[in-house]
Amino acid sequence: MRSKAKSALLALLLSLAVGAGWAISQAREAPAGRVPKPAIAPAKGEQCVEPVDFMRRNHMQLLLHQRDRTMHEGIRTKRYSLKGCVECHASPTTGSVAAEQGDFCQSCHSYAAVKIDCFECHASRPQALAGGAKP
Amino acid sequence: MSGSDAGRRQFLAWGAGAVATLTLAPGVLLLQPAHGRAPAEAASGKVRWGMLIDTNQCATGCDACVTACNRENGLSGGTRETDSQWIRKMELEDPRTGRKTSLPMMCQHCEKPPCVDVCPTGASFKRADGIVLVDKHICIGCRYCMMACPYKARSLVHENLADQKPDVPRGKGTVEACTLCVPRVDRGEHPACVEACAAAGHGAIVFGDLNDPASEIAQRVAKYPSVQVRADLGMNTGVRYQGI
Ligand code: HEC
Ligand code: HEC
Ligand code: HEC
Repeated sequence: MRSKAKSALLALLLSLAVGAGWAISQAREAPAGRVPKPAIAPAKGEQCVEPVDFMRRNHMQLLLHQRDRTMHEGIRTKRYSLKGCVECHASPTTGSVAAEQGDFCQSCHSYAAVKIDCFECHASRPQALAGGAKP
Repeated sequence: MSGSDAGRRQFLAWGAGAVATLTLAPGVLLLQPAHGRAPAEAASGKVRWGMLIDTNQCATGCDACVTACNRENGLSGGTRETDSQWIRKMELEDPRTGRKTSLPMMCQHCEKPPCVDVCPTGASFKRADGIVLVDKHICIGCRYCMMACPYKARSLVHENLADQKPDVPRGKGTVEACTLCVPRVDRGEHPACVEACAAAGHGAIVFGDLNDPASEIAQRVAKYPSVQVRADLGMNTGVRYQGI
């Protein structure tokens, strides 16, 4: 009895996960269908720092790895820097990647129910706009 | 554009920038170049960053170093118990002679830092080149390090912040202190306080590599007497003082 319930739950979870993955990967080919999709804001530049498929799935690993290398070893390469993501992905309207629901990081995360604390410390706006308000 | 090509170009740009900012006229250097690294190169254990503060040059009432620090790092400049202060200006007076001394006090970047010893999570750490830092990603805000520090150098961020500097992420519930302006040092620049002190005409702070015999700081500490504050604790600070 219990194992049946368990496997049913497992199947449900699996289908949800597959569904979410599919929805995200289809997000840029817009319309129709009954599955709601995230509206991901467009970015500056020709292309991302890695192929888009890879970025959708693995951006967190890149960021966390870069974080440790910069913090502890002082390695400051630009490619996977969080500052770099912000430079290209900040919204033209809010100037930020995370100020409003529609901003880049936020749009996808609220869809996928992910909550990150990065921008409690990190500037969510590029150098040119950030840190100007207060000394 | 291949990755290595971009890396090389970045390296060249970085070299040109460092020379341009430090050379006033051919042969005239405002500040000795702090040998910066290429962005992909890790901080080296051969280097020991330090500061030498000549209190005879440090002016009473001048707080150029403090305001420069606040501006560089996005600090409010408040001086309440709960405000972050990375540098404090101190005025000392010898009650017997009346001699007054003025000096900046900040993280002393110890070789054997007690803040690192007591940290339960490993957030408080010393980088290979001697800079003592807080990895705020790991910091839980317990403040043991603040208790352990004999210099009262560290602060806890007590309130939510907005509009931080992109180079200096800061946030509520984590401990912080002077980083020697680590993003600047990694670019081959001097800490903001050092530049401001020179610009104010005092030039009381020399920054450089204590391990490099050719550096101004190493030559000065070899030639003139200088002391560590609370040298009795045996922590071998990276910041030294003259004239106290
Ligand atoms: C409590 C404050 C705080 C939070 C929260 C925080 N960081 Fe950081 N982060 C810092 C500090 C401080 C640095 C060091 C800056 C330096 O030395 O240049 C840093 C550096 C970094 C760097 C290297 C510099 C860069 O811009 O590339 C990355 C990457 C990074 N953090 C990623 C993250 C990610 C991802 C998150 C969220 C999961 C996060 N951080 C959350 C404080 C924070
Ligand atoms: C040079 C500018 C640039 C930088 C730097 C950059 N991106 Fe991108 N990114 C783009 C562009 C352009 C796209 C859209 C590419 C496309 O649709 O073909 C994109 C797409 C993405 C996507 C997929 C979005 C979707 O439509 O599903 C993610 C996720 C992403 N970026 C994350 C990041 C992260 C995280 C960083 C920092 C490590 C970063 N990007 C740095 C330009 C950039
Ligand atoms: C294409 C959609 C998408 C975009 C755009 C996106 N993310 Fe994510 N992100 C995700 C998903 C989905 C997860 C959760 C993955 C998981 O849990 O396995 C995630 C997780 C993360 C995590 C790890 C969180 C944790 O607690 O483990 C970080 C950090 C992160 N994202 C940072 C960013 C940043 C910074 C941006 C903006 C530059 C961004 N993401 C944009 C989809 C996205």
